Amino acid sequence: MTGWAMALFQRDLRLSIRVGGSALVGVLFFLAVVTVIPFGVGPDLNLLSRIGPAILWIGALLATLLGLDRLFQADRDDGTLDLMLMAGRPLELVVLIKCLAHWAATGLPLVVAAPLLSIFLNVDLVAMGAVTLTLLVGTPALTLIGAIGASLTVALRRGGLLLAVLVVPLAIPVLIFGVSAADAAIHDPVPFMTPFLILCALSLIAAVIGPVASAAALRFSAE
Amino acid sequence: MHRRISFWSLALKLIADNLTIDRGGRRVFQGLSFSLDSAAALVVTGANGIGKSSLLRTLAGLVTLAKGEIRLEGGEPDRLPQEHAHYFGHQDAVKPALSVLENLKFWQSFASPAKVSGFGETGRSPMDALETLGIGHTAHLPAAYLSAGQKRRLSLSRLLVTPRPIWLMDEPTSALDKASEKQLLDLMNTHLSDGGMIITATHTELALNNPKNLHLEAAAPDAVAPEEMI
Repeated sequence: MTGWAMALFQRDLRLSIRVGGSALVGVLFFLAVVTVIPFGVGPDLNLLSRIGPAILWIGALLATLLGLDRLFQADRDDGTLDLMLMAGRPLELVVLIKCLAHWAATGLPLVVAAPLLSIFLNVDLVAMGAVTLTLLVGTPALTLIGAIGASLTVALRRGGLLLAVLVVPLAIPVLIFGVSAADAAIHDPVPFMTPFLILCALSLIAAVIGPVASAAALRFSAE
Repeated sequence: MHRRISFWSLALKLIADNLTIDRGGRRVFQGLSFSLDSAAALVVTGANGIGKSSLLRTLAGLVTLAKGEIRLEGGEPDRLPQEHAHYFGHQDAVKPALSVLENLKFWQSFASPAKVSGFGETGRSPMDALETLGIGHTAHLPAAYLSAGQKRRLSLSRLLVTPRPIWLMDEPTSALDKASEKQLLDLMNTHLSDGGMIITATHTELALNNPKNLHLEAAAPDAVAPEEMI
């Protein structure tokens, strides 16, 4: 069983890293969003460090949305998706593995870039650690929720915008608990663990609901 | 676990019973029944748009049936008929960013083989399959550099590395030159003599062993659906 899962994971990772893949686009977009904010709000260092975690989270959300539309569409366009449906592998697991590979190629670089970008926003060390940690456990949820949108819009030529409209409302809880956990790390009396654990729970729930819903949508789209 | 040897194991038989398909709110065909034994080929002919591709996609499990059922006798239990089948359609499912060998190796590990009694094919190694189809020299090139015909052959090599008894082939000879067409026929006939079955939609004459013909044609104007004859 692990043989095919590994093969799929490696293939998707290779495809997103090689020419035409979307691995770097997300990080560059993240960089662009985060660097323009200080120009917009002005050089108020206190303000920047206060809103820094929120900006990093919004940047990560937008960067994740950017790469999601090709998650299944690339496979549908060349007939790969048809063959995947016939491969005799559980489609829910196939979706989960594709999401993991997509996250490793697009979500993980965001997490890695977050500490560097925190410096741009004058975020202090503790908050920097907290934001990075919340992004690490929270961005998989964004990818998994996004997979639902990606599979619903797979048959549409320009489904990217519709995908964003579908996914953003579902991603709001992740955003709320991600940012509040990061904020809680700075403001002492508020406990960090409570929102952080809820964020973990959201990721785990998304890991169940995302693949099941997405697989159902993909089966329907094959017609 | 003890092994039981079954002396009366069922021969492979694909049965399509009273198939009715609607696509986009339009009835494509209704009441289509046929059965196919192992080592036999079914050649589906008919005018453009009559439903040949829809029939193949239905057998591949990609289009849901409005009515009717598809059964496979003698197949692996717990597996759907389409999981015993290879679909070789118009799209090549070739990723240009991966090398030819990477493309093929992925399908070898991803598509699960179907082990069925009376079907003697064993999966070939990816390199062997590429050599057989005459694209062995391209194995380490990115698939983006292949010509249309070579991509088609790469897609075909997928059928050789994972043994599955049913081949569903939609216009298998398109984009192939005369020599490759002949080679494809040899492969198809070998598949049949190994106990496999082939269902193909085609406009060209294919010299297959043991072919049955299914001609789809539009029904008289008063009837709604095309009628079928075997």
